[in-house]
Amino acid sequence: MIKISANVQSALADETLQGNLRRALVDTPHPRDEAVSEVPNWEELRRYARDVKAHTLSRLPEYLQSLEEKVLEQGGKVIWAETGQEAVQFILDLSHRRGVREVVKGKSMLSEEIHLNRALERAQIKPVETDLGEYVIQLAGEKPSHLVAPALHKSRKEIADLFVQKLGMAPTGDVLEIIATARKLLRHHFLTARMGITGVNFAVAETGTIVIVENEGNVGLSVSVPEIHIALMGIEKVIPRSRDLAVFLKLLIRSATGQKMTSYVNCLNGPRRSDELDGPQEFYLILIDNGRSKILADDYMRQSLSCIRCGACLDVCPVYQTIGGHAYGSTYQGPLGAMLTPLLTSVGEAPEHAFASSLCGACHEVCPVGIPIPQILLKLRERFQSERNQKAASLSLEKLAMQGWARVMCSPILYARLGRWARMLHTVLGKSGMGRLPIPLFSRWMKHRDLPALPPRSFRELYSSSQEAS
Amino acid sequence: MKVSLFITCLVDQFFPQIGISTMKILRKLGVEVEFDSRQTCCGQPAFNTGYAEEARQVARHFLEVYGDSDHIVVPSGSCSTMIKVFFPKLFAEDSSQRSLAEEVGQRTFELSEFLSSVLEVESTGARFPEVVTYHDSCHLLRELGISSQPRQLIRAVEAIDFREMDHCDRCCGFGGAFSVKFSDISAAMGEDKVGWIQSSGARYVISSDVGCLMHIRGLLERQQSPVQTMHLAELLAKFED
Repeated sequence: MIKISANVQSALADETLQGNLRRALVDTPHPRDEAVSEVPNWEELRRYARDVKAHTLSRLPEYLQSLEEKVLEQGGKVIWAETGQEAVQFILDLSHRRGVREVVKGKSMLSEEIHLNRALERAQIKPVETDLGEYVIQLAGEKPSHLVAPALHKSRKEIADLFVQKLGMAPTGDVLEIIATARKLLRHHFLTARMGITGVNFAVAETGTIVIVENEGNVGLSVSVPEIHIALMGIEKVIPRSRDLAVFLKLLIRSATGQKMTSYVNCLNGPRRSDELDGPQEFYLILIDNGRSKILADDYMRQSLSCIRCGACLDVCPVYQTIGGHAYGSTYQGPLGAMLTPLLTSVGEAPEHAFASSLCGACHEVCPVGIPIPQILLKLRERFQSERNQKAASLSLEKLAMQGWARVMCSPILYARLGRWARMLHTVLGKSGMGRLPIPLFSRWMKHRDLPALPPRSFRELYSSSQEAS
Repeated sequence: MKVSLFITCLVDQFFPQIGISTMKILRKLGVEVEFDSRQTCCGQPAFNTGYAEEARQVARHFLEVYGDSDHIVVPSGSCSTMIKVFFPKLFAEDSSQRSLAEEVGQRTFELSEFLSSVLEVESTGARFPEVVTYHDSCHLLRELGISSQPRQLIRAVEAIDFREMDHCDRCCGFGGAFSVKFSDISAAMGEDKVGWIQSSGARYVISSDVGCLMHIRGLLERQQSPVQTMHLAELLAKFED
């Protein structure tokens, strides 16, 4: 079971993390804002993308089949993996058959989701992350804290120190020098690794094209230099037509980094053909379910599968800005993680995720495909409570309290009487006395804040006496 | 014009001054104000924590009380949102209650929206020679899209010095149950907000939601800050009777 609450204190007490989060996300305006404001029909594009996604999800098996056919026609192979474990097993088996000892990887959150690196290492196969942020994370032995900027929680200095410590680089504050060091080391891996593994941003059903965006050129090398390319794809990433791609790329890239276009957009159509100069000899597309068809079968929750993983909701989320990604304890973090983690696993496995939000709505406001994340979180809260109270032999104390509360709120007389008693109690005990009552509601509130001074009379009492007077 | 006041449970029990101010403003503008003492709560505490059935019971009670009202005025962004946006969703599977909820929602207005958009009032005639700033409460801003109306009304207050704070639209961290379930995160977000309020140079922070104000005030008092919180209604009612 993942508990966010267990990680909050340490995240808040970590001054370096707090400084890094603030510098990256709060004190500097996000480049997204300007990039979005430059597109006059942004809202129209959002609606279009949302409709395309809804349509695609409503006919997902059809589109996936058409994608498979096209990939096969182009000489690629398609593997359907119901679980992460099946995908991992396929990669391990293929690596053994081909004698692969080293793998270069493009940034892929799905690879994190299925814990691929751990499995490769156990099988004595060396995974090398080639995205600079992922490379840093791998050196540090950590997990990404942001799906677009995996090392967002680290400062320039922390990264420089890491390079000195792990790679024997001479101490420097120069970012370009850090990048040059990584580049030189990675070049070597691209030449020696015989397998490249990447994620997929979009897969076009009508053409079988796999689209991967990037800025560093590392994906381009990972998919062309090694003999084998494996693309890991969540089944929700398929889009019907090439013409939709222009819209999705615009929405994704502007939302993610504020760029007009990434430095590279890799559009891949199967392995190298006889008349081509480069590309892998073998291409495998692994279509991974890992809990997605369960979400797909749920009419309400299905919309969460429209997510294109731009990360904008993390950037604007005040909770994410306050605790960072690692505190979520899950592969996906921020609002998107709060939504997807309990959906991909279960509300019992991630009982706090849906509650770790003030429901401020900043995520919905920026979401390029308009996913109403706060409303999905509310629905998840509802499911959590009903599952909890169905399972429990007797109703939870909270449920009983809520039932009692509802009864009071449906009875104006009880409501007025209870309000009067609460105010009387407050008069007798005083503010600090209220905090000492064995009621978590008060003590948790008063840990950081004072209680308001309560008035002797309620509005309704004042109102009725003024009516009598007049 | 006749208006039914939904004063909200928090204002009724804990901050009656806000209710009195709301009434005072409306009466000054020539509105006939009615207070139905059968009113209680909008059901948000249950709705936000996943207790939909309990929220529905309370929502049904609300709809019974307000089913026939012409205009319902609420001095709270989040309670207005509950009624206008979330009631219809609560009754998604009950078409008659849903259409009643939708109708009632259309007749429900947050105070600043009612003053600006329905009464088309530019100024309430209040005077307040102080430096103030405004905190956008999330539901009012993002669910109801109300941000210019309260600001116009504040700027029209005589002798007031209105200064925007940085990140005026970032959540203060209250979030209802969030403030106790994740008290530490909530307080950290609130402390950010308090910092921006203080850097604005304001002596008063104005908002349209009592929840935010209670949270911000609790933090300010703990820090013994001279900055005070004030509900928009209290500010707009600062005129001679």
